[in-house]
Amino acid sequence: MAEVLVLVKPSAGAVNKVTLEALTIARGLGEPSAVVVGAPGLTDQLKDRLAEYGAVKIYSAEADELREYLVTPKVAVLVKLVQEIGPAAVLIPSTQEGKEVAGRLAVRLDNGVLTDVLDLGADGVATQVVFAGSTIVKSRVTRGVPLVTIRPSSVTPTPAPASPEIVPVSVELAAGDKLAKVLDRVTEAKGSRPELSEASIVVAGGRGLGSADNFKLVEELADLLGAAVGASRAATDSGFYPHQFQVGQTGKTVSPQLYIALGISGAIQHRAGMQTSKTIVAVNKDPEAPIFDLADFGVVGDLFKVVPQAAEEIRRRK
Amino acid sequence: MKIVVLVKQVPDSGADRNLRSDDNTVDRASANNVINEMDEYAIEEALRIKDAHGGEVTILTMGPASASESIRKSLSMGPDGAVHVLDDALHGSCALATSKVLAAALATLEADLVLCGAEATDARGQVMPHMLAERLGIAALTGARKVTVDGGSLTIERQTEEGYEVVTAQAPAIVSVWDTINEPRYPSFKGIMEAKKKPVNTLSLADLGLDAGEVGFAGASTEVVSHSKRPARQGGTKVADEGEGGLKLVEFLTSEKFV
Repeated sequence: MAEVLVLVKPSAGAVNKVTLEALTIARGLGEPSAVVVGAPGLTDQLKDRLAEYGAVKIYSAEADELREYLVTPKVAVLVKLVQEIGPAAVLIPSTQEGKEVAGRLAVRLDNGVLTDVLDLGADGVATQVVFAGSTIVKSRVTRGVPLVTIRPSSVTPTPAPASPEIVPVSVELAAGDKLAKVLDRVTEAKGSRPELSEASIVVAGGRGLGSADNFKLVEELADLLGAAVGASRAATDSGFYPHQFQVGQTGKTVSPQLYIALGISGAIQHRAGMQTSKTIVAVNKDPEAPIFDLADFGVVGDLFKVVPQAAEEIRRRK
Repeated sequence: MKIVVLVKQVPDSGADRNLRSDDNTVDRASANNVINEMDEYAIEEALRIKDAHGGEVTILTMGPASASESIRKSLSMGPDGAVHVLDDALHGSCALATSKVLAAALATLEADLVLCGAEATDARGQVMPHMLAERLGIAALTGARKVTVDGGSLTIERQTEEGYEVVTAQAPAIVSVWDTINEPRYPSFKGIMEAKKKPVNTLSLADLGLDAGEVGFAGASTEVVSHSKRPARQGGTKVADEGEGGLKLVEFLTSEKFV
C-alpha cells in the first residue's frame, strides 16, 4: 500500500488533535506515515500517540536550528520525502502555518493544493465547505499528488494501534529557507483551556456582555464545561476579549460538538465561523436575534440572570 | 521604500455568495463585489509606512474588468498608482497559477515591501504570501498584528493562538496582516477625486511574458468537480426566561449529554 504523509502539528509537547484526525483520514487512503519536524527529542515525546492513531512510519527530522524558522523547514523535509517516496497524498493540519507549508510546497513541486478540506476520498475527491458554511464543494488536485490541508474538527479521530518504525531524516536548509527568523515566542493568554479551533465545546460571548470584566461569566461557564472561550467580532473590537479568540469570518472557524453563544446576535460575519457546529445553544435578550435561527436550543432572556443560574445548576449536578 | 499592496476583489462576505453553475467559479455577476476587507488594513499599513519612511505605494490587482472599481476605491485611500493584471485567459485560475501571475507582475515592480491581507474572505486559503515568497526568493513575514520598519530590516509580531511570535527579515519581503494591526482610514472627498486621476497600468499575460496555457482552466492544478448548497440550519426550541431559563438550558445540555 502506498504511503500517505501526515505532517504532525505538535502542541505543548503533545500531538495536536487535528493531526490525529489527519491520521484517521490517511488510513482510508493508504499507510499513514507521520512526519515530525522540530527540535531534538520531539519525536520521542510524540511517538506513542502517533502509534496509537495508526502511524506505520514516523519520519523524524530534528535539529535545534529548525525551531528558528517558520514554514520552510517543514517544506524542505516534505519536498524531500515526496520526491523520494511518491506518496499517495500529503495531509497537513489546516492551521495558518500548515496552509503556508502547503502553499510553498505546491510551488516547489508545481503541485495543486486544496485547503480546509473536511475529507479526502480514495478517489482523490476532497470535500470543502465555503462561503460561511453555505456551500459544499467537491474538488481534486489534477497536477501532482493530492496535497491538502485538513480542517480541525472534520472527522472523529479513531485509534488504530500500530508499531511505527522511526526513520531519521536529515534536512539541509538552503539560504532561501532562512530569510525570516523567529526571534521570540511570547505566550500571552494561555490558561488551561483547550485550543479554540479544536475544542469540542466552545462558549462564546458577544456585545451583550457589555464589558471585558463581564467576560468572567463566559469563562466561568466554559470552565465548568471544559470548554474553550470564543468571542464575536463586536466583542473583540470593543476590547472585551483578545482578538485571537474571535470566531467568525475574520477570525477562527470552529466546528465543535457544542457551541454556546451568549449575547451574540448572530450576524453573518459571526455565523461564518460557527454554523457547522453540531449543536448550537444561544442566550440573547432579543427574541428576533438571527442566532435563534441556528440554535437548537435558545433562551430569550437576560444573560446576566440566565448564565449564573445555569452555572450554579451545573455545579449542583456535578 | 517602494511598497506594493496586493488587493483582491471578492464577493461581499456580508451577503449571500454563490458559485456559478456553469463553471464552478465565484459568481461575481450576482454579488456585491468589494475590496477584500483584510486588504484595507494592508493599504493602511502601507500608507503609514510611507508617511514615516517615505517612498511610494502601488496597488496590484489581478481580476476581471469589474475589479477596476476596487482599484479606484483603494487609490482613494491614498496610494500613488496601481497595476491591474487583466486578461480573459485568467478566468478559472487556481491558486498556484495566480501566484505565477502575481509573481511575474511583482518582478516588474521591484518592490522593497509587498503587503497584503492575511487571507481573502472568499477562499480563505492563506497560501498566497508564501507562494509568492517562494517564487520571488524573498522573505515572508505573515499573519502580522504589528510591523516595525528599521532601515532595511522588517520585524513583525505574528499573531498565534497563544500570543505572538517575533519574526524578522531583511527587505525585500512580503508581509501579510490581520485586522488587529490598525484602523483603516476612510477615503476623503479629496482622496476620491484624486483617485480618478491616478495612473492605473493595465498588464496582459503577454506583457508579463506568460502564456494563456499556463493559467485559467487550461493551466489549473486543481478542479472543482461539483458544488451544492448546504441545507440551511433550522432553529429548534426557543424558551423565554421567566426565572428558570438557566435551569432549562442545563436540562437541555444534560439531555444532550454535555453535562
